[in-house]
Amino acid sequence: MREGKQFSFSAATLLKVRQLIARYPEGRQKSALLPVLHIAQEESGGSLTVDIMDYVADLLGLQPIEVYETATFYSMFYLEKTGKYVIEVCRTGPCSIVGGDQIRQYLREVLKIGPGETTPDGLFTLREVECLGSCGTGPVMQVNTRFFENLTPRQVDQILEELREYANKNNPDDIRWQDQFC
Amino acid sequence: MAGSVLLANIEVPGIRDFAVYRTHGGYQAVEKALRSMTPADVSAEVTRSGLRGRGGAGFPTGLKWSFLDKRSDKARYLVCNADESEPGTFKDRYLMQHLPHRLIEGLIISAYALGAGTCYIYIRGEFKYLVGILEKAINEAHRNGFLGSDILGSGFSLNIFVHPGAGAYICGEETALLESLEGKRGNPRIKPPFPAFRGLYGCPTVVNNVETLAAVGPIISMGGDAYARIGKGRSSGTKLISACGNINKPGVYEIEMGLPVEEFIYGDRYCGGIRNGKYLKAVIPGGSSVPILTADLILSTAKGEPRLMTYESLAEGDFATGSMLGSGGFIVFDEDACIVRNTWNLTRFYRHESCGQCSPCREGTAWMEKILYRIEHGGGTLKDIDLLVRIARNIEGNTICPLGDAAAWPVASAIRHFRQEFEEHVTDPGKCRNQRTN
Repeated sequence: MREGKQFSFSAATLLKVRQLIARYPEGRQKSALLPVLHIAQEESGGSLTVDIMDYVADLLGLQPIEVYETATFYSMFYLEKTGKYVIEVCRTGPCSIVGGDQIRQYLREVLKIGPGETTPDGLFTLREVECLGSCGTGPVMQVNTRFFENLTPRQVDQILEELREYANKNNPDDIRWQDQFC
Repeated sequence: MAGSVLLANIEVPGIRDFAVYRTHGGYQAVEKALRSMTPADVSAEVTRSGLRGRGGAGFPTGLKWSFLDKRSDKARYLVCNADESEPGTFKDRYLMQHLPHRLIEGLIISAYALGAGTCYIYIRGEFKYLVGILEKAINEAHRNGFLGSDILGSGFSLNIFVHPGAGAYICGEETALLESLEGKRGNPRIKPPFPAFRGLYGCPTVVNNVETLAAVGPIISMGGDAYARIGKGRSSGTKLISACGNINKPGVYEIEMGLPVEEFIYGDRYCGGIRNGKYLKAVIPGGSSVPILTADLILSTAKGEPRLMTYESLAEGDFATGSMLGSGGFIVFDEDACIVRNTWNLTRFYRHESCGQCSPCREGTAWMEKILYRIEHGGGTLKDIDLLVRIARNIEGNTICPLGDAAAWPVASAIRHFRQEFEEHVTDPGKCRNQRTN
């Protein structure tokens, strides 16, 4: 997928988008905005630029400002460039009392970055986020869309190692790796 | 009764597939409703069952349905609230992951009762992995004639779509959810008008929680009266409780309402007691928004009666000595837990999740977080503790949606029941082993 002014969906993605729009009543295509922004973010390499949002606005017949105001509200839309893997580690109470604080600290140490930052090799972005709904299996982190639960520092090491291997192979099926339960 | 209503057959291998689900009695409730009952009959059964909203508010479902504007000639919508984001709560996720057809079945019957031709499942963006599971279940139901047009020759038609959110706790509030579903920021609407009159696209809409809607199938199967006989008094039926924190067996449990809290915490069938043989210190029984209680007050009421897992018993004593059943997010703290730190942590959550629309919530959550941070990190004063109580009081009831209350209650209750711990963090910083600097 090309970036910048050139950004556009492939024919296959456009078809998917048309099907999404058809889920909502006529004239209510704005409802498809969140789902379409998810797709745009995925296809553009992990973040939303102004040009991408303008393209989506055009596609849905919206004013660009309508897309900006929605995109800036939700924590899962990244307006800054992210690494290949976005690690979102839970910082909320239930995880915190079962070792979540230690895992957060550990991730900062092994990645040598703070929350909101990306490793120099462009592989990992670390984010500390609010409750991921895995309180019974905490500490938890989500890498792209995949959940990793009951975390220990040892497991964190293994996961990071595995991700580095995936990145090296540049596996075209990488995306499937995310669909752990399907 | 435990585990045998909502989670019935969950242990059956492959129950996520339509064929397996069907051979275990699946979709018989849909057949019963659409073939032998009118929409009004279905609503009447739900009303008789005494089912109450399982998302946290506990509002009677049948009554909520009855508010739907029947004079409007606009399209009607059923919206399933799967935006499960309340800290401590992970029951809907569990249900959708393991028994997606239980939910689909409930949606079909509920939409039939309400005369809704379209249903959206609004699911939190972080649960993207569930979208595939739900869409597979929807497609299977379609292929087998339980969705689409003229279902089972009844003349009733329904389509269900899964709609992902994108990370915002506030979208669990029903009007914020509707705004989000319309592609906008999740700012809650002023009520009235209620969604029953002006909901999605200004049309009559019912928004119910996943667990609530999933219960409709079993209610139709067994009959509303039979469901009402399960449980205790006005807390009829079963409830999914997601238990977490310092316990031996965290997880999702389907309990019959009326179960003593003590049995839930210490019983081998449930939480199995406190981890590492430690003592119970406190419990937040219904998701992070409800008041925290001391060990004594969670096990028995101020009157000395055993506390039960019901809406009424957990609320006994109001907020002075009671709490709420809420969403069923049961968070258990052992003797090592630092209440100040946890209160600061949860307040940071509400500050982060406040949509910013109402000043008391936007400013108040930030002030509370700032003050709690300095108390936790050794820079607080005794006056700060009363200041927190005052800010909490000024937020409560002064906002468009209940997020303000949800942010105020944890702070007010933690100070009410653990004031000494707050004072010690001020006068003797470092005494608390868990007082940390990061």
